[in-house]
Amino acid sequence: MSEPARLPLTPHLKRLEAESIEIMREVAAAFDNPVMLYSIGKDSGVMLHLAAKAFYPSPLPFPLMHVDTLWKFKDMITHRDTIAEKYGARLIVHTNQDGVKRGINPVASGSSLHTQVMKTEALKQALDLPGFDAAFGGARRDEEKSRAKERVFSFRSAGHVWDPRNQRPELWRLYNTRIGQGETIRVFPLSNWTELDIWEYTRAEAIPIVPLYLAAPRPVVERDGMLIMRDDDRLPLLPGEVEQTRTVRFRSLGCYPLSAAVESEAATLDDIIDEMKVSRSSERQGRLIDSDESASMEKKKKEGYF
Amino acid sequence: MSVLTAPHVATLNAEADLDIAAGNKSLLRFLTCGSVDDGKSTLIGRMLYDSKLIYDDQLASLERDSRRFGTTDDNMDFALLVDGLEAEREQGITIDVAYRFFSTPKRSFIVADTPGHEQYTRNMATGASNSDLAVILIDARKGVLPQTRRHSYIASLLGIRHVAVAINKIDLVDYDEAKYEAIKADYLAFAKALGFESIVVLPLSARYGENLTVRSPNTPWYLGPTLLEHLETVDVESRAAEGPFRLPVQWVNRPNLDFRGYSGTVASGRIHPGDRVVVAQSGKESTVARIVTADGDLSVAVAGEAITLVLADEIDIARGDVIAPASARPEVADQFEAHVLWMDEEALLPGRAYLMKIGARYVTARVTDLKHKIDVNSLEHLAGKTIGLNEIGLCNLSVATPVAFDAYGDVRDTGAFILIDRYTNATVGAGMITHGLRRATNIHRQDLTVGREERAKLNGHAPVALWFTGLSGSGKSTIANALERKLIDRGIHSFLLDGDNVRHGLNKDLGFTDADRVENVRRVGEVAHLFVESGLITLCSFISPFRAERRMVRELFAQGEFIEVFVDTPIEDCIQRDPKGLYARALKGEIKNFTGLDSPYEPPEAAEITVSTVELSPDEAAEQVIAELVKRGVL
Repeated sequence: MSEPARLPLTPHLKRLEAESIEIMREVAAAFDNPVMLYSIGKDSGVMLHLAAKAFYPSPLPFPLMHVDTLWKFKDMITHRDTIAEKYGARLIVHTNQDGVKRGINPVASGSSLHTQVMKTEALKQALDLPGFDAAFGGARRDEEKSRAKERVFSFRSAGHVWDPRNQRPELWRLYNTRIGQGETIRVFPLSNWTELDIWEYTRAEAIPIVPLYLAAPRPVVERDGMLIMRDDDRLPLLPGEVEQTRTVRFRSLGCYPLSAAVESEAATLDDIIDEMKVSRSSERQGRLIDSDESASMEKKKKEGYF
Repeated sequence: MSVLTAPHVATLNAEADLDIAAGNKSLLRFLTCGSVDDGKSTLIGRMLYDSKLIYDDQLASLERDSRRFGTTDDNMDFALLVDGLEAEREQGITIDVAYRFFSTPKRSFIVADTPGHEQYTRNMATGASNSDLAVILIDARKGVLPQTRRHSYIASLLGIRHVAVAINKIDLVDYDEAKYEAIKADYLAFAKALGFESIVVLPLSARYGENLTVRSPNTPWYLGPTLLEHLETVDVESRAAEGPFRLPVQWVNRPNLDFRGYSGTVASGRIHPGDRVVVAQSGKESTVARIVTADGDLSVAVAGEAITLVLADEIDIARGDVIAPASARPEVADQFEAHVLWMDEEALLPGRAYLMKIGARYVTARVTDLKHKIDVNSLEHLAGKTIGLNEIGLCNLSVATPVAFDAYGDVRDTGAFILIDRYTNATVGAGMITHGLRRATNIHRQDLTVGREERAKLNGHAPVALWFTGLSGSGKSTIANALERKLIDRGIHSFLLDGDNVRHGLNKDLGFTDADRVENVRRVGEVAHLFVESGLITLCSFISPFRAERRMVRELFAQGEFIEVFVDTPIEDCIQRDPKGLYARALKGEIKNFTGLDSPYEPPEAAEITVSTVELSPDEAAEQVIAELVKRGVL
């Protein structure tokens, strides 16, 4: 990894980095078959970068897994393949073929069903097949209320069930890595990072990001007060809608019909960080699955969503 | 202990400003604790709101939620910002630890919001284990409550040195200075014994944001800092970097034959290339050759950094070992004293084996002696035989193999451990080591001249322990007696240990509580082990209702030397047979803790032999066991 010039880390970022590295080493040492869930987003980018540092000079001791819903932005897929190669990671891509056969998609089936089948169920399939016993996820506690209560090592009983009332107490940095047959652990090495930390670390370490995070003129339609980008022609225009070109960027990336853009002029990482510091809305605002109903994230997490 | 006053805070302010100018914004991890309804979540929600850390969409959702769940009539209910889980929003209480993040120009903060009701004290310990400071809330109308004392004690036990006491809801006592002073005096008197380095006591209204981030005009008599001012300036500098160097090895980094490094996070102290080090457990010495990181080699590494050490010599080091300076080694022992905080519904039983995680090492551990429990309200010592949920005890522990450790007060990361249930894998206890026990270092095993193999040869058969387990009246003793008769007739050397007989002598000091049953089985296991060592086929007939203890006994023996015989008789048959008339008495309530009735029996999951007394006579059952012994090559 000899790349663009890096900035020295602030003590705060160094502390976060060290904590994440410790968590990752613990997993590599204590589990038989770990995997890192790689969602291509900025958090995944930081997580993968930290993993490369944690095990240096050894190669990554686990593969990356991407659950492809087939509705990701094209730029994301290109980025994924470049990054896997850059870090020398083994990449597993999984799609729920059963969902494909049933014709599930976010446009016709709605966000809720699409997410359930193509993300949550797909993820369970992907973890079950090769018997992964620990899976890293890039979730942060500052993202959302129910995530604020998640453990770093989050125990899942057989079937990937999360019981928020029955979590293992987690003291000091003594993570309980013991599990029984069929049980798994989800591990969140970025638990204590905030969105701002992610961007500042990305800038300091010159970690590559999907260009969609940076503002550029893009084709969008306005729908229910949200700006949705038409990444390809699978997203039909509704009566009265017109495609328009606006200068937008994304704070959070997922399936393109479900990820709302924000109008922004922030075209560099410096701009993004400046914009964040004065922002008045949270990053998950652009996620259509969260606003279905209050506490809907908790519901999804109990079912196995990351 | 010093009680901070306003001028002191002003000095700290000036120092903090210098740090900020140097780009060293520091981090404060704190937790909030208090009783139910003291207003912890409101306090945090309000702090986030006042620091302008609530986004517009979160605010919109708060307004919506306040109308649906709110407990504050028309006002915004700030607690709803932090009470995340559906269940607690409906009940208006917090049921789990939640972590919040906010920062001001002076500091970044991580807040652990921990629940107040008694049954969730374990969560408070969780939050405290990673915090530098505790904000303890007291309802101005109620004063110091048992939970206030409990939380203060847990905070001090977990090594928190700084406390901010927020006397909340001061608006509801008309901003009465006398009330504030009375509660303050009450608290300081109690906390004197806890050894905090600083305590600051503030009058506060979380709901109206008074003395939280802004000084309140309603408390002109209060001259100290607002809560946020205090949090921004209190000096909690960690001393970890000044301690002795400790590196618990997490992972051996071995990409190829030319590189062998030991990865871990420095728990304490600092290290340089060229420093002489030792592997605490084995005593093997070497010199630090390199401190490797992905950003290049370091010339020094300090506490908190995640590094990879390369040593000059090839010595054997594995995950779980601790690397330390040759001149300042941690203690290495298999027995030590520790405070244990219990976090599970099923009480800690002395003698029962648990899994301990200390540093990066897992080791089997048991409590050998519960010295006393601590009444967290009075700090008095209480006698006890078990440690129940949310109770704290001072114990002697013994571990299966010696481990390296420090006193928790000296090095947090090498003095702390967790206890894990070996069946459910749940985290059931947390411990803080006070010191090692000298007797462990002074007692060495005596090498014996005659070994077990010689004895076996002399006897003409291998020694084994046959462990009969089953309900009272299931037929264990009858079968064991029939079996011993047959063994003696075949010229086999044997001995029968019977539950009732042992309780007349060796174990006559034990009763029938869960704790005593565990100790009963432990002693019998050790005796059986001695008999097997002496070459005998040892028959043990004990109800031994718990899997954990049968497993503990099994682990005393070599592979194949312990044979579990499950005498499987349905309880209805046992009640009907009732050879000693015990069931009749137990059913009348004359005997308490009777296995199968009001005390549990956990049947074996994989016994070597299961005999069904419904189908077999005692003689046939004994023959079944003999056949199995022949098959296994014992006879």
